Amino acid sequence: MYTIREAILAFRRAPLLAGLSAAMVGLALFVVGLFSLATYNLRLALESVEERIEIVVYIRDGTRNDEILLARRELSALPEVLGVELITKEEALDIARRDLPEFGELFTDLAVNPLPASLELQLRPGRRDPETVARVATRAQVYPFVEDVQFGHEWVDKLFTLRRVGGLTASVLGAAFALVAALIIGAAVRIAVFARKEEIRIMQLVGARNGFIRRPFLVEGAITGLLGGLLALALTYGTFWVVYRYLFSLAWIPADWAGLGLLSGTLFGVFATGVAVRKYLREV
Amino acid sequence: MIKLIHLTREFQGKGKALDDVSFHVEKGEFAFLTGHSGSGKTTTLRLIHMADRPTKGETRVSGFSSDRTSRREVWKLRRRVGYVFQDFRLLPRRTALENVAFALEVTGARSAGIKPRAQRLLTQVGLAAKAGSLPSELSGGEQQRVAVARALANDPLVLLADEPTGNLDDRATRGIMELFWELNARGMAVLMATHDLELVRKHPRARVLELDQGKLVYDSTKASTGESGTPDEASSSTAEG
Repeated sequence: MYTIREAILAFRRAPLLAGLSAAMVGLALFVVGLFSLATYNLRLALESVEERIEIVVYIRDGTRNDEILLARRELSALPEVLGVELITKEEALDIARRDLPEFGELFTDLAVNPLPASLELQLRPGRRDPETVARVATRAQVYPFVEDVQFGHEWVDKLFTLRRVGGLTASVLGAAFALVAALIIGAAVRIAVFARKEEIRIMQLVGARNGFIRRPFLVEGAITGLLGGLLALALTYGTFWVVYRYLFSLAWIPADWAGLGLLSGTLFGVFATGVAVRKYLREV
Repeated sequence: MIKLIHLTREFQGKGKALDDVSFHVEKGEFAFLTGHSGSGKTTTLRLIHMADRPTKGETRVSGFSSDRTSRREVWKLRRRVGYVFQDFRLLPRRTALENVAFALEVTGARSAGIKPRAQRLLTQVGLAAKAGSLPSELSGGEQQRVAVARALANDPLVLLADEPTGNLDDRATRGIMELFWELNARGMAVLMATHDLELVRKHPRARVLELDQGKLVYDSTKASTGESGTPDEASSSTAEG
């Protein structure tokens, strides 16, 4: 009871200092929020490009249908493969006519359909790296009726490199932003605790137990962290809304990311307060 | 009640603040701890209050030994030993009553009893009428009375006072000293550090302990039985007073 009342009273006794601390925490976490928003949207974009990675197995003319279906079944059973679609010669021609209208006449006047049937293999998410793509392509080549296998080797390589660089950059920058946020939150909380160091000393002087002294500060730290987190969330959402409305379409971060941000802000508020109070508890 | 046994406190690079100091303060005793600035008065009080630890030797206060009382347990000692400072150390945003009540709250007193007890303590120090005043609205003497009331919150057996009259005029000083003697008359041991020899002379009933450069150079109880070293001018005057 005393703990909660004192924590709330601390905000009422020094609203400017408490507000400034929460604002500092909020701005520090806002940077992390913006970074999360950018990272999440880049990840979505990369994933949508990756979904287009496919292995096309061209089949010789005259191959029996049951042979093709058997190959389709076997390839579908591979753990890396998400699905296999059979494109018959006729479907290939239809697609060519639709996708390449400028050659419409050429395709119409043909006496014989020159386009081969094919099997189009989609790989599972997370299994679209160059090694897996090459391995599945090699596996598909074992069938005697396979004319050719194509998977855009160079393109897959480049995409994968981009993904790795992107992932590494995001991790390093994310860690750096989080560290900066942590340092700013630590400083904000230290200022708030420093302003009340006399109170801590008096509590020790009259015989308050350390746990009793610490508790209201920890609750205050949690409230500061939570308020800062909410402010950061509001600012990030405001930025998202402005970009979405006036610049380009983008996705809002998942709810669990936002929840994790709020939780981190709160927990870090508690942690930083604990460290700051501990310093003064040790001094006397 | 308070026992200092061969107490030495050495600070790195600054030498010895206290050097092999031993004395006892008995229950119900009133003692002045005198000496020049830097003689070790505050260090002694801090060691008694276990805000600091000796380099060598031991303090025993109301059953708590510096050798055996951990940081975590110091609060138990603090509830038996009140402490008053020269600069009062009141919380500026709280009223006189709230400053006293604060000491009761943070030491876990029952919430229903806090306000009446804080009020009684203020009455005891003669400040009942100023309960609602902020420290900035009180005179130095009144602020020191609030600090004393706060120090009494947990019914201590000992009161340590570090230059409590240092910031007060003569009249306020007289009032605070009368208050200390009243508390002492009720059985509380008082150990008061002061460099004000005039003040010491005015209270001949009190025991006088004098520190010089960290050493105990005079103890009025031993002087009278011829056990102590040569008293300096201040001590001689006190002994005469």
